[in-house]
Amino acid sequence: MAFLTLTNVSKMFGSASAVEDFNLDVEKGEFVSFLGPSGCGKTTTLRMIAGFELPTSGAVSLGGEDITYKSPNQRNVGMVFQSYALFPNMTIGQNIGFGLQVRKTSKDEIKKRVGDMLSLVHLEQHIDKYPYQLSGGQQQRIALARALAFSPQVLLLDEPLSALDAKIRVELRLEIRRIQQAMGITTVYVTHDQEEALSLSDRVVVMSQGRMEQVGTPAQIYNYPSTEFVAQFVGQLNLLPVSDVDVAQASCLVGGQTVHFDHSSVKMLSEKPRLAIRPEELQIGEGDGRNMLKGRVDSVMFLGAVVRLRVEVGGAKFSADLFNERSMTLPRAGDEVLISFPVHACWLM
Amino acid sequence: MAAQMKRNTFWSWLWVAIGVAYFFVPLIATFDFSLRAKKGVLSFLAYERVFNDPAFWKTFIFSLEMGVVTILFSILLVVPTAYWIRLRLPQLRVMVEFITMLPFVIPAIVLVFGLIRVFSGGPFYLTNTAMGTNTLLVAAYTVLTLPYMFRSVDTGLAAIDVRSLTEAAQSLGAGWGTILFKIIFPNLRVAILSGAFLTLATVIGEFTIASFLVGINAFGPYMSLIGQNKTYESSSLAIISFLMTWAFLGIMQLLNRGKSADGLAGAR
Repeated sequence: MAFLTLTNVSKMFGSASAVEDFNLDVEKGEFVSFLGPSGCGKTTTLRMIAGFELPTSGAVSLGGEDITYKSPNQRNVGMVFQSYALFPNMTIGQNIGFGLQVRKTSKDEIKKRVGDMLSLVHLEQHIDKYPYQLSGGQQQRIALARALAFSPQVLLLDEPLSALDAKIRVELRLEIRRIQQAMGITTVYVTHDQEEALSLSDRVVVMSQGRMEQVGTPAQIYNYPSTEFVAQFVGQLNLLPVSDVDVAQASCLVGGQTVHFDHSSVKMLSEKPRLAIRPEELQIGEGDGRNMLKGRVDSVMFLGAVVRLRVEVGGAKFSADLFNERSMTLPRAGDEVLISFPVHACWLM
Repeated sequence: MAAQMKRNTFWSWLWVAIGVAYFFVPLIATFDFSLRAKKGVLSFLAYERVFNDPAFWKTFIFSLEMGVVTILFSILLVVPTAYWIRLRLPQLRVMVEFITMLPFVIPAIVLVFGLIRVFSGGPFYLTNTAMGTNTLLVAAYTVLTLPYMFRSVDTGLAAIDVRSLTEAAQSLGAGWGTILFKIIFPNLRVAILSGAFLTLATVIGEFTIASFLVGINAFGPYMSLIGQNKTYESSSLAIISFLMTWAFLGIMQLLNRGKSADGLAGAR
């Protein structure tokens, strides 16, 4: 039986639908991310789990108990906020111990637990400081320690790294995953950053306009997107117009040249199908792929670890991502090139 | 360029000098007059007479007590109200702000007449006892100082992320009482104290309401009575009142400086 369950959960604000028919089972100890653009309903869904919003319909259950209408302070759910929400009038030690104090834990036990939490986030020397004396990254680690101190059943994180700079974000997300795995706590994480979602999660829920688009492991979401939105939102994607689709042969024309695609995508054809392929699947020159197209280089962008080429093939424009190598000779705009890619790398949408 | 800047500086200082003179010359004149109670020599005789007058201390302490009770009542009324409006009822904000501005518009004489008319008769009969009239006095002062207390508290609430702090406390298991007394009130300390000192300064010197409800038991009517009968002592009382007000403002400034040094943590 799942540990955290959302069943047909919907939320309306007036006549506007923020979340529609959301169903999800989360296993104990699992790390699940809600991923989507701003306004897709991911934070609203998280807030319904926390109890800060009441569902218009549907149910939320935790550990077999229906908590749909329970007040937030009775759910035993720890939450980390984007703005950290540390109490400015309390020291770091008092902040972390607050949840235990509310539960009337003994002073000795609070002291021990606070010490343990500070060790977990490697901030032992800051126990008597106030939040304003710490950096953003340190404050967010303290917020995490505070949310975990009273051993909640579920940990909820609402875009906890959004306010931090890129380098700190990468460091801290590794910390979060390490701590989550060490404690084995069921976690729901909201983010609009796909790198965060893919690197941290056991499963990802991609959302758009209040609806679930797809649920799956990071590899499933990335390699086998079930909708155009997921394919385009997660990672980069080439979407190219096609003509003369031959279902039996699983082939079509792109820019006047023949392309063979993944046969399993044929059953999902739309009225105006397009060829989908990730930029990193393309090779320049004769590769080991069955598909080989002649084109002209439109532009070359050096992005550091990756070099992005825009190649025109009979009016259709491909983006190809190549790993940078020091000895690499980059093609120039106007050069004639061959693009190759395997059949399984592309599919029709 | 340098000559232009010198001219601008000259005019700035000139206007400052005129403003300071406009404010301080009458005060200096009043202070000088208050030192002339003893013929032919400058002395603090008028001040001695005031401080040795039992009525001064009796009325001052009475007004101080009324001020403190008003402050406590105001805090308990205004802080939860302002907090709830910020958190859950932002649509009522405009209406509440309008209500808190009404004391500036309604004269004190109208307020006190209304109170006496409603509460002197049945079923209240509040003006029949000292406790009753004191209660009316506190209620009137609470209304009179509502704009100051509400504005101070509202400004304080705007400076903290009320919603996130509340939700964080709730997620940690806190109920409303704990949230108000352990999170909200402590973080509004400076704002509350600012409102409190403004309230106290208003109450100490208030005349109209006090004279109708408690007569010369309060400090405001006492000052008025002295002013009618004793010229030097009334001047010294005026100076004492100014000094008290400046002391309150000075304390407020010190507290506000303490607030900016503490800072408020958190991403915005």
